[in-house]
Amino acid sequence: MSILVDKNTKVLVQGMTGKTGTFHTEQALAYHGTQMVGGIHPKKGGSKWTSAGGQELPIFASVAEGKEVTGANSSVIYVPPAGAAAAIIEAIDAEIPLITCITEGVPVSDMVRVKARLAKSNSRLIGPNCPGVLTPEQCKIGIMPGSIFSKGSVGVVSRSGTLTYEAVFQTTNAGLGQTTAVGIGGDPVKGTEFIDMLEMFLADDETKSIIMIGEIGGSAEEEAAQFIADEAKKGRSKPIAGFIAGRTAPPGRTMGHAGAVISGGKGGADDKIAAMEAAGIAVSPSPAKLGETLLKVLNG
Amino acid sequence: MNIHEYQAKQLLKQFGAPVAAGEPILSKDDVEAAIAALPGPVYVVKSQIHAGGRGKGKFKELPADAAGGVRLAFSADEARSHIEEMFGNTLVTKQTGPAGKQVNRLYLEDGADIESELYLSILVNRETGKVSFVASTEGGMDIEAVAEDTPDKIHTIDVDVETGVDADTAAKLVAAFELTDTAADEGPALFSLLYKAFVEKDMSLLEVNPLIVMKNGSLRVLDAKMSFDGNALFRHDDVMALRDTTEEDAKEIEASKHDLAYVALDGNIGCMVNGAGLAMATMDIIKLYGEEPANFLDVGGGATTEKVTAAFKIITADPNVKGILVNIFGGIMRCDVIAEGVVQAVKDVGLQVPLVVRLEGTKVAEGKAIIDNSDVDVVAADDLDDAAQKIVSAIKGGA
Repeated sequence: MSILVDKNTKVLVQGMTGKTGTFHTEQALAYHGTQMVGGIHPKKGGSKWTSAGGQELPIFASVAEGKEVTGANSSVIYVPPAGAAAAIIEAIDAEIPLITCITEGVPVSDMVRVKARLAKSNSRLIGPNCPGVLTPEQCKIGIMPGSIFSKGSVGVVSRSGTLTYEAVFQTTNAGLGQTTAVGIGGDPVKGTEFIDMLEMFLADDETKSIIMIGEIGGSAEEEAAQFIADEAKKGRSKPIAGFIAGRTAPPGRTMGHAGAVISGGKGGADDKIAAMEAAGIAVSPSPAKLGETLLKVLNG
Repeated sequence: MNIHEYQAKQLLKQFGAPVAAGEPILSKDDVEAAIAALPGPVYVVKSQIHAGGRGKGKFKELPADAAGGVRLAFSADEARSHIEEMFGNTLVTKQTGPAGKQVNRLYLEDGADIESELYLSILVNRETGKVSFVASTEGGMDIEAVAEDTPDKIHTIDVDVETGVDADTAAKLVAAFELTDTAADEGPALFSLLYKAFVEKDMSLLEVNPLIVMKNGSLRVLDAKMSFDGNALFRHDDVMALRDTTEEDAKEIEASKHDLAYVALDGNIGCMVNGAGLAMATMDIIKLYGEEPANFLDVGGGATTEKVTAAFKIITADPNVKGILVNIFGGIMRCDVIAEGVVQAVKDVGLQVPLVVRLEGTKVAEGKAIIDNSDVDVVAADDLDDAAQKIVSAIKGGA
């Protein structure tokens, strides 16, 4: 098993015809034949997209039409920030179950509107400002480098793209491999939080352990730690290793990610680490020792 | 992006908010016209810097017992002497750090008769994904201290994005502020227009501390702090025009021209990293091995050779930098592009300090080959841990 995506996931690409969309669609097709089934462009419906390798995919004028024709159950969004919220809402209206928005730089007020629409729908949004979702040897949605993955037993969830890669790379080198890796994104308002992913990993039989990577800003890590502690009391638990980025970040400064800011004395790394450790999560002091820390937990 | 108080008030005035009459003083030539434009005899002279704690702040150049960065004057002459004393001097507050900030702009405002002071702010509540009002009867104070000491005096009220500030929300706010009579009548319209300004201008924070009830019972915005969502500035040219670059670090301004996420810090190891999380983690691991990072720098996902070169130049321009760590885990970012950028930058600006490069991910073999085949003096690292140890020991060896 895996979570969110597998070999049956059929993916539409919103913003496929651009340079970024084209590159990553080619990469996804090349990754164990991820089922990329078509692209969306309001003015180019009916035309074809051709990869560098000569593979053709249909372009549809709308997500609803693309879903109708292809039976897609997922979409990935590469459209620029100004149009990203509209693209997400179009996918929600088309009742796409899993929507992944890669776009960085979506205005927060747009995400507040999106969040209100999501609450009234059955769609799940991953992101924005995220690297996507990948289940090894089955399906690659987004921009993660497929070469560092290996099929295995660790569930990875992270607010940061490149730290997701570190966790994946290190668990591959440790011989553990991954069930699924999910980058939930670095924005303050986003579709999916840690708790949602931790719940799925706890419920997934193949996931034997979890790596959770947080960063400064907000209180999602504290809430996730509380969730883990509460579930453990009910007898549901798995070994978890963690890391929090930004111990050395100065307060009041936004560190690259729009959501990575310590404000009003809240959102600092130390509080998050303390909450995670109190919930039994093994927090690595070094981002280079995620795999090692998890191995230590697994080997007692 | 932050703006000055006087700019924030002018913006709120456009939305119909009650603010005092006031005149900005951008040079000493503006003083007489500003005084003449206000009715007097009570004036408030306010330092305009992008930092809080101005009232309790101290001017470096003045005696320790001199008044702070916000002063009351009871005559035009007194206002003149305050302006003379404050303009151009360096104000140190608890938010500026010990270096302080030079006061290049003052705001002269009409005095107000204060009955009571309230605290109001609007922000995006990350836990609920909604816009929220934060309301407290404890205005004019450090709100973090209020939150710490008397958390029950702080009320957070979410706004439904589809209805805005409806009657129900307004009633909750009136109750939270304990407003009565005229103020209770005026409250709902004020809350509604502040919310409208927040949403229409894509603010990330609107803080009115204090919001006052005057002796005549009316509400007035006495202070205003405003920050904008950097991701939404593309649709607000009018807000962009309010940017005051003299308030920003020169290296950060240069970085923003190249669309680089850069934050200047106090340490001596310059960092160039892709991804915000990895960039923070790189800073953390430098500290873990006993040194301090000189900066946060995320070159982003779509970096070109030119952008990498610009980033390298910004790092090397910092005289505190005694060593450089380049840490790349390529996803979108290709290692060969980074390698070309680094080689080009060293050719352009030279290299006076040790350079450690760690490359991993997309096109890593090509990237390593470019570095190996160049005559740039690079210490190659296998992983993040190795990279951090190598740069720290290189610096210590050179000290």
